Amino acid sequence: MRKRAWYALLVLPFVGTLFPQLYNRAEPALFGLPFFYWYQLAWVILTTLLLAVVVYATRRPDDA
Amino acid sequence: MPSGTLIFAVLVVGVTVMGFLAARWGGANLGNLDEWALGGRRFGTLVSWFLLGGDLYTAYTFIAVPALVYGAGAIGFFAVPYATIAYPIAFVVLSRFWGVAHRRGYVTAADFVRDRFGDRTLEIAVALTGVAAALPYIALQLVGMRAVFAQIGGAFAASGGFLALGVAFVLLAAYTYTSGLRAPALIAFVKDTLIYVTVIAAITIIPAKLGGWAHIFSLSQSALATRAKPASILLAPQQYFAYATWAFGSSLSLFIYPHSITSVLAAKSRGVIRRNAALLPIYSLLLGFLALLGFCGIAAGIETTNTSSVVPTLIDRFFPSWFAGVAQAAIVIGALVPAAIMAIGSANLFASNVLAGFAPTRGNGSASTAKLLTLAFCAIALVLVLVVPVQYAIYFQLLGGAWMLQIFPPFVFGMYTRWFHPKALLLGWACGMLSATAMAFATHFTPNIALHLGGATIVGFLALYALAINLCVATLGTWALRSLRVDAGIDMTTEADYA
Repeated sequence: MRKRAWYALLVLPFVGTLFPQLYNRAEPALFGLPFFYWYQLAWVILTTLLLAVVVYATRRPDDA
Repeated sequence: MPSGTLIFAVLVVGVTVMGFLAARWGGANLGNLDEWALGGRRFGTLVSWFLLGGDLYTAYTFIAVPALVYGAGAIGFFAVPYATIAYPIAFVVLSRFWGVAHRRGYVTAADFVRDRFGDRTLEIAVALTGVAAALPYIALQLVGMRAVFAQIGGAFAASGGFLALGVAFVLLAAYTYTSGLRAPALIAFVKDTLIYVTVIAAITIIPAKLGGWAHIFSLSQSALATRAKPASILLAPQQYFAYATWAFGSSLSLFIYPHSITSVLAAKSRGVIRRNAALLPIYSLLLGFLALLGFCGIAAGIETTNTSSVVPTLIDRFFPSWFAGVAQAAIVIGALVPAAIMAIGSANLFASNVLAGFAPTRGNGSASTAKLLTLAFCAIALVLVLVVPVQYAIYFQLLGGAWMLQIFPPFVFGMYTRWFHPKALLLGWACGMLSATAMAFATHFTPNIALHLGGATIVGFLALYALAINLCVATLGTWALRSLRVDAGIDMTTEADYA
């Protein structure tokens, strides 16, 4: 049941995206995109990576 | 005929043929509900990825999200956190649902609710909520198609685009009837490929032609500030709560829509669902880039009150004719795929959970009722678009989203606990539905409502407020009914079903 601890990683996307006060600014911009936009797009990629880690770490033999 | 129209026609006719040929995929007996409605529950990771992507990211999404950004600025970008956090939720909840549905042969969410709570009324309430939320969603796919037909012109635009729309939809209904879920599953490969090609092209070409992102954002900022209803490329502090609750509330309802459940249950294993939760956010990245096209629309000087025309206008203005044909086909096919799955999902709910009564049709039963109902739902959606003004379809779809969230307690919480009393869940659902409807009317169908608490005003997503009311009533009701020792129904599921 130690595997369950991996699920805690999935709390991070909620903390990262549901508090706009953390990222509601224009600087630093990336390729001309204000921080507000590229930060949230970066969370899409980060969430995919976090999910991939959790999917792998908590897999079961019957998950073929 | 311009090259674009030719390419468009070839692609759309091509997927129609695919839709009919899909009936031969796997050589199954399509008279069986599992085979017709769920593709035999045999889809692997790749097919499911295309199917779920084709299902969740509809043509309407791809038009409405940039339209919202164009019209309202930063707050329209809520779709990106929404489509991000939906996946951790899906990963946890749907793999559990897939397991119990697989063991007990469920075709719908309401099948689970019936088994878990042993309450026929609750089952019907859950089923009708799904149907009511799906119908306007199908209608909006038609609205997206009509916009494209009108723009192509010629025979496609005859009688306001309704003729082409009617033909396309009759064909859609016919191949969905014959092939079931296999038709949209096969067409989804074409749909998603076209969508990816179009979005990648749009996002490379259009910003470059407009002088780069920094320039686009600076033009957008000054244009938004001078609007009659001023907006900005950043949020105002008083929008924070609305932004967060809108994203969070929407992410809770995404996977309980009938079309999501249908695609999820078509997966062949729990692992397919788990892997797809990690792979589907690729579509959200695409959605994010598309949202940014809303700013391109502002920077390109498009002036319109019909914000849905922003993306089609950008395509028309910046792409050569032949590529515009590809993009237009992407939108139309992008509408056909989810429309078919929504029709199948609603038909399953109505056939298995409303009509079937106490002798429910399980997956191994006959598909004949569901097949006929698919035709009926397609017809209703078409009539909705023909007789009801577009604005009402949009209102109805928004309201449908708020309604959908009200089945969250029996369906999602029900997967984790049997503590709630079925009658209390029913009462909570009714209060949630009524309050969501009342709030939607009060805000004139904008998604966020101002709540006055003491001296403070908090603007938040109304569907989530309605869910809070729903949960309070369900909790208090359960306490009351349990202390009065009212019969709480029989739970047919066992602990082992959820493992």
